[in-house]
Amino acid sequence: MFCFKGIKYRSKFINLHAKNVYYSMSKNIKLKKGLNINLVGEADKVYASVKFNKNFVIKPTDFHNLTPKLVVKVGDKVSAGSPLFFDKYNDKVNFCSPVSGEITEIVRGAKRRILELRINSDDIISYKKFDFKNYENFSREQLVSAMLESGLWPFIKQRPYDVIANHIDVPKAIVISAFKSAPLSIDNDFALYGMDDLFQKGLDIISKLTNGITHLNLDGNTNSSKAFSEAKGVQINKFSGPHPAGNVGVQIHHLDPINKGESVWCVEPQDIIAIARLFSEGKFDVSRIISVCGSQVLKPRYYRTILGACISNFLVDNLHDGDYRVISGNVLTGEKINIDGNLGFYDTQITVIKEGNEPEFLGWALPGFNKFSLSRSFFSWLTPTKKYDISTNMRGEERAYVVTGQYDKVLPMDIFIQQLIKSIMIEDVEMMENLGIYELSPEDVALCEFVCTSKIEVQSLIRDGLDLLIKENS
Amino acid sequence: MKIFRNLLDTVKPIFDKGGKLEKLYPAYDAFETFLFVPGHATHSGTHIKDSIDLKRTMAFVVLAMLPCIVFGMWNIGYQYYSAISEESTLIENIIFGFWKFLPLLIVSYSVGLAVEFAFAISRGHSVNEGYLVSGMLIPLIMPVDVPLWMLAVSVVFAVVIGKEVFGGTGMNILNPALTARAFLFFAYPSYMSGDKVWVHGASVDGYSGETILGALASNTSSWDSLLWNASDAFYGIIPGSVGETSFLAIAIGALILIYAGIGSGRIIISTFIGGYLTAYLFNLWGYNALMSTPAHIHLLIGGFAFGAVFMATDPVTASQTNKGKIIYGLLVGFFAILIRIFNPAYPEGMMLAILLMNVFAPLIDHYVISGNVKKRLSRLKLKS
Repeated sequence: MFCFKGIKYRSKFINLHAKNVYYSMSKNIKLKKGLNINLVGEADKVYASVKFNKNFVIKPTDFHNLTPKLVVKVGDKVSAGSPLFFDKYNDKVNFCSPVSGEITEIVRGAKRRILELRINSDDIISYKKFDFKNYENFSREQLVSAMLESGLWPFIKQRPYDVIANHIDVPKAIVISAFKSAPLSIDNDFALYGMDDLFQKGLDIISKLTNGITHLNLDGNTNSSKAFSEAKGVQINKFSGPHPAGNVGVQIHHLDPINKGESVWCVEPQDIIAIARLFSEGKFDVSRIISVCGSQVLKPRYYRTILGACISNFLVDNLHDGDYRVISGNVLTGEKINIDGNLGFYDTQITVIKEGNEPEFLGWALPGFNKFSLSRSFFSWLTPTKKYDISTNMRGEERAYVVTGQYDKVLPMDIFIQQLIKSIMIEDVEMMENLGIYELSPEDVALCEFVCTSKIEVQSLIRDGLDLLIKENS
Repeated sequence: MKIFRNLLDTVKPIFDKGGKLEKLYPAYDAFETFLFVPGHATHSGTHIKDSIDLKRTMAFVVLAMLPCIVFGMWNIGYQYYSAISEESTLIENIIFGFWKFLPLLIVSYSVGLAVEFAFAISRGHSVNEGYLVSGMLIPLIMPVDVPLWMLAVSVVFAVVIGKEVFGGTGMNILNPALTARAFLFFAYPSYMSGDKVWVHGASVDGYSGETILGALASNTSSWDSLLWNASDAFYGIIPGSVGETSFLAIAIGALILIYAGIGSGRIIISTFIGGYLTAYLFNLWGYNALMSTPAHIHLLIGGFAFGAVFMATDPVTASQTNKGKIIYGLLVGFFAILIRIFNPAYPEGMMLAILLMNVFAPLIDHYVISGNVKKRLSRLKLKS
């Protein structure tokens, strides 16, 4: 009756299929804990097209803990792949322009912090030439320096800390999640359709960065496309279950958990394509497929665009009436942007939902047929498959912790999350380490924050804890 | 509802910063958020939130208590009319019980909320919803004839010493409702035990308003020789505290709590298992009347079931880890029966067992968590 872990491992089996002879220990992991939030406004799997918008923005704030050092100034002409800035404390990491054009503005905030670099794109993009002939024979060092120079490095992120990978480290493994499980996420099987060869090329490059295993994790709930299911040179695992089964953090926890002092790197499938293009075609082509979704979007569709693109053209004449919020990313972890804002560096979806600033009379006492909740305290439990149009209302006020065991229902990891949060609140570094903070990133606990009765900001607390550890360990 | 909104909006400036009554803002805030779920939108973190909040959670627990409340009122009337040997209808019973129960409820809520508001105002924080549940629990675990001033004193003690001195809702160590009862039990024992307080009108000559536990604890009669049988105890047609007598009503409440995901099924079920096993073992010994009372009867009588469902499950004072909850429940059940059997002065062992385990809950969690920590450390050692 009681299921402590909520996770069943199938016994490891030896995969004798000819295609996966490189690694023989594929894992098939079933996660029970978690929560799928059924939202209306899923993008139809068709590509729509809109007029090309020439405003591009790169936001240094997309990279946690980065202090940018500019190499361009307003009025400079750049090509796609020319460096814009580098990391002040790690000057080898370049951040490059996604398009060719002119730097039109550098937006600064408080204390002259750089918030945005605005670029006015040319009509036809010209690319900086990179010449990596013979890249198949590159050593690990050559690959790393090529990626650092060409602006590809920021695509490689690391756990712990959920920041850009430290290129001096050698990770114990690389983990790639082929699917996203967050609400209304992009379908990578659709987005990478027909890119099997490029994806394989990218995998071959990426897997050289570690001496350990490169894991490619597929959605166990569906059949994945050929690009993923027939990938070679990697260990293919299957994860099934509700969100956050698609999060790399959760996957790493079940494949090869991170201990203090270790690191695991991760890359998004679309960014693997960009890496492959740079090495095989010699150009910094960061085209990106995104979905524009959410309840306020008239026609939720997929679009082909470029990293840093202005999103206004996707939304003009494509929104329902009423107050709305535009989010770059998903509803759990994304960032609020303006309607003329720009796609975030790591984001593959634009979500538009209702802004919820209407007070509700005795809202806590109503039956709630239309109120989504993990608990069954609203009558919405009668309709488990219904799709909801959830607005941005707080639905209550922040309180001290009262309810317990709620987070455990949505975090499929062997971590005492509520105790960990409390250890972060009191800044007990040793306790944080002991309770496994290295294995978590804010996105992994986003559902805990969503379901929290006391409306505690769990993601930002985890971020604070990680930041404290970055300081302690540096 | 427009009227309420307009009214709130007109008086708001008085309570806002700089207003005449700015110090009373928490009181205003409590009324406003009670009437309207605020129109605040999320500003950081997840853009959408689960619909549940503390008000809903607490209101739901009160909802789960409804069967106990209604049955308790009926039983007050029924026991009274039986004591004075008069025939009565269902409605008469409920109406009589209602007029007996209402003063208890009013005193409990008004005194408790007054203390809560006073603390919120003096500390400048918002009024927490915790007392919504405690305020209903306290009259349900009192004898019907408890003097109202005594109830008021115990409520003040429970809220101030049991909760607010630790920092308010979410910070307390002991269950506030049980603190109130324990206070009365030790401060005014003659009003909380014996055979006169459990049934209104029990002072009638020739009638004994003894509870089953009281009768068994005096060790003069065994379970089999009592007036009541198992089905009386199951339906709750027996003397006792207002809400604790009906196992059936409590079970309905338990199902609501568990199914809604608000009460911990782990605690409820393990408490019953712990109690049953303990009582079963003592059956084998069978030294006194309580020891030889069948194990399943132990779960039906006294405050065992009510305590297991509505008291032991208080998330603030119970164990917080899933494994810890099971250990905690088993021990609550164990100690409840143990105290019942070995201490005839305190036949209501459930109250003391829960309070005892409230104190030990953090220790249980500590050991559960250190198991997880050890696993992580050994993984690290294995690597290096």
